[in-house]
Amino acid sequence: MADPVTAPAEPLLRVEGVTKTFRVPGRSRRGGLRALDGVDLTLGRGETLGLVGESGCGKSTLARVLMLLERPDGGTVRTAGVDPFALRGKELLAWRRRIQMVFQDPYASLNPRLTAAQLIGEPWLTHRDIVPPERRAARVRELLELVGLRASDADRYPQEFSGGQRQRIGIARALALGPDVLICDEPVSALDLSVQAQVLNLLADLQAELGVSYLFISHDLSVVRHVAERVAVMYLGRVVESGPVDEVFAAPAHPYTAALLSAAPSLDAVREGSRERIVLKGEVPSPLDPPSGCRFRTRCWQAEPRCADVVPPFEPAPGGPGHRVACHLPLSDRAQATEHALQ
Amino acid sequence: MTVAMEVERLSVDVRTPAGRVRAVRDVSFTVHSGQAMALLGESGCGKSMTAQAIAGLLGPVAEVAGGAVRLDGVDVLGLDPASRRKLAGPGLAIVFQDALTALNPVYPVGTQLAEPFRIHEKLSRRAAREKAVELMDRVGIPEPRSRLNAYPHQFSGGMRQRLLIAMAVALRPAVLLADEPTTALDVTVQAQIMELLAELRTEQRMALVLITHDLAVAAEQADHVAVMYAGAVVETGPVAEVFRAPRHPYTRGLLDSVPAAGDRGTRLRSIDGAPPELADLPSGCAFRARCPLATERCATERPPLAETGPGRASACHYWKELADG
Amino acid sequence: MTGKASMLSLLAKDRFASAAVVVLGFIALCAAVGPVLLGDLAVEQNLRAVNLPPFSIGHGWEFVLGSDSLGRSVAARLVVAAGTTMSVAVPAVLLSLTVGSAWGMWAGFSGGWRENVSMRVGDVILSFPSLLLAVVVLYVFTPSVANLIAVLAVARIPVYLRTARAEAAELRSRLFVDAARTFGTGSGAIIRRHIAPSVLPTLLTVAAVDFCFVMLTESSLSFLGIGIQPPDVSWGLMVAQGRQELQTAWWIAVFPGLAIVFTTVSAAMLAAWARVAGDPGQRWRLTLPRKERISA
Repeated sequence: MADPVTAPAEPLLRVEGVTKTFRVPGRSRRGGLRALDGVDLTLGRGETLGLVGESGCGKSTLARVLMLLERPDGGTVRTAGVDPFALRGKELLAWRRRIQMVFQDPYASLNPRLTAAQLIGEPWLTHRDIVPPERRAARVRELLELVGLRASDADRYPQEFSGGQRQRIGIARALALGPDVLICDEPVSALDLSVQAQVLNLLADLQAELGVSYLFISHDLSVVRHVAERVAVMYLGRVVESGPVDEVFAAPAHPYTAALLSAAPSLDAVREGSRERIVLKGEVPSPLDPPSGCRFRTRCWQAEPRCADVVPPFEPAPGGPGHRVACHLPLSDRAQATEHALQ
Repeated sequence: MTVAMEVERLSVDVRTPAGRVRAVRDVSFTVHSGQAMALLGESGCGKSMTAQAIAGLLGPVAEVAGGAVRLDGVDVLGLDPASRRKLAGPGLAIVFQDALTALNPVYPVGTQLAEPFRIHEKLSRRAAREKAVELMDRVGIPEPRSRLNAYPHQFSGGMRQRLLIAMAVALRPAVLLADEPTTALDVTVQAQIMELLAELRTEQRMALVLITHDLAVAAEQADHVAVMYAGAVVETGPVAEVFRAPRHPYTRGLLDSVPAAGDRGTRLRSIDGAPPELADLPSGCAFRARCPLATERCATERPPLAETGPGRASACHYWKELADG
Repeated sequence: MTGKASMLSLLAKDRFASAAVVVLGFIALCAAVGPVLLGDLAVEQNLRAVNLPPFSIGHGWEFVLGSDSLGRSVAARLVVAAGTTMSVAVPAVLLSLTVGSAWGMWAGFSGGWRENVSMRVGDVILSFPSLLLAVVVLYVFTPSVANLIAVLAVARIPVYLRTARAEAAELRSRLFVDAARTFGTGSGAIIRRHIAPSVLPTLLTVAAVDFCFVMLTESSLSFLGIGIQPPDVSWGLMVAQGRQELQTAWWIAVFPGLAIVFTTVSAAMLAAWARVAGDPGQRWRLTLPRKERISA
């Protein structure tokens, strides 16, 4: 690849206004399923960005777009200034090395007919020059040990491993090409709690050791709060709020973020006694027929007529720097959020 | 406070290629009317199988190997299938995790909701449908009358779970078993369903056995908790007390594994290793291979679930040491 | 568990699969050396020994399975026919298996119009009675063994095409295929590495059963005089010829019929065994005694 000179301000990954509509049989193209509707994100070097949202909000579609498994209808994706969708052949392969993915389901994402060594070495069959053939067995052993498995596990099949160990194989495979960015799509949600903690620790260690960036997609807010420095909240194909994790979690500016934080069950409830909770009415509307204006207005307790008419712009929030929100009536602090909800 | 259900030394065996394996071992707990009991554990710990054994829904490869489940003083495990069926509904009902497969896709929901009234209360078709409308209204399904003839796939995940709960509570059961009722649902919908279950519990003086892997759900919903590991209960007690000061290293490890506010960048204190295979349990304490407190005594002597205080019990030789430091 | 040695020991543990191997090995041996050793005996007519019943060796060991209406040894004809039958059925099945499965996997994996066109082509072949197709083609061209193989192969391609397409279409959306795409793996390599190893065992099972169909179609064609031409003989032709004398000399048709059945059943059993043995997730089942395997 003609290595582009990267301006220092250029983030590793920049997503701007990405849209993706899936055709639905029996509907016109415009009436299709709007999975992504103008998504903006940036991811810096060595950083972890948490992406939260409920099912159907488009977070997995975004991951697939970033992995070039889906082509967006509009908007731009740039990695270090390069548009991957314009690349072909060798340049595309070189780009692929820089961004890899850890899948949610450690059972379905590993071919049951291949051994751990074959799985981890699979990317090298396409990227032949990364590790010379005679070094591959040794490199597999290194990777196995890097992710906390034994070198002797190389010849075992995935079904001989537990869920957590399989996820480690998936992580080792993603690391085989030496990427700069790992897209982690719910990497721990299929795992038991005690194993989940092991895998989260592993991801943290790998970041410290290798300096990879993570786009960490999860529905579990406590996990995101633990791993991410910044967080983006998605609702029905749009990012409604983003900013530093501590700030967003302590003082959500978007009513949806506030409701999500409040609805998530938490152990702190036991530790601190009972708390007031915002319980939203209804469920997420169908992405086939999303509400006009602000997507959240049908469930929002402070919606006004203009919320139905005007799409709220994604603007800096009242709080600190780097905190942005797409809401006409942003909340100024959490107490206010709860107060509104209870009225 | 009246006892709604008493489970005593319930054991379940599973036939596997390697022979019979005890999947549930001497599980005992008591639920009181109007209260919620959480059966907490990770996958494969036997919590779902315990629920299936109680409800009489064990698969063909599993069977009850001993113990008793008393509802109103009657051991339901000893009943013949016919009297047991009579109890399903007014006595004991169950809600599953997967609401789509638990509802029959070829019948309208109105027909399915009316069924318990037709069978148990011998109501006429019209009266049963009226009851179904009432129920749908009660569990928060908008415009129930017009949706009586809708099919399960026309409802969203949260609405299907509401329908399932409606069916389960139709005959005002004394005990409701809920097996991971919200695991498949989104956070905001999960909150709605949990609120509904709590309301029904107070309204109908129903006892709830909540089977879950989620510590936070247990913490928020349950009064008591029984923590299961490798087929056995390792700790029981009031939720708040158990979570504040666990008396079994496994409970402690689980609590430490939950990422808490303000610990970003720090390592989570996870439990090393993975749960043992049921067919190949270590001698003595099943947890000892992963336990930071384990000694030689743990390898030779299996710790019984012993009382450690009012309403609390732990299956650890060293619960005192754990509590002290 | 790796290597050929452990596969053999797995095979030895399964009595049915081992028996199938023995039967198929015996048939292969007959096919290979039979025509050379017994070629003359099979056409030798003996009018003093017409329609001899089987299981008696009063007229010599060659009549152990009886004789036909021209006094030819059924046993010798069976052995010789094995060679002819196999030389038609095996290439025909292999050809349709190769073409059909490659085409089907490609169609199922590609999706879209390629899949649609392929399926419609398959439907056309399948909806056209294969016997009629064969009759037309073999009347137009000369009824040679090569033409016979080609016709039988083309007629059976849709069977593999459909199965391979259905399985490949299902595998296409699997997460591990997506994972391979994220490494930049090309379609051909994905089909080779991920689709084919999962689809082929199923196709082998289909092929084993199809073996029977091909042999029977060949017999129909031979009966119509456009298949195997006498003095060559195949099992299908023997069944066809023996049919007229079924009431007086049942053995002429029944023994070749049994040969077809044994071959097919053995092939099917071996394919079923190979399907399990080739799957690392299922292989352990073969280490159990057969009784427990069913309950597990």
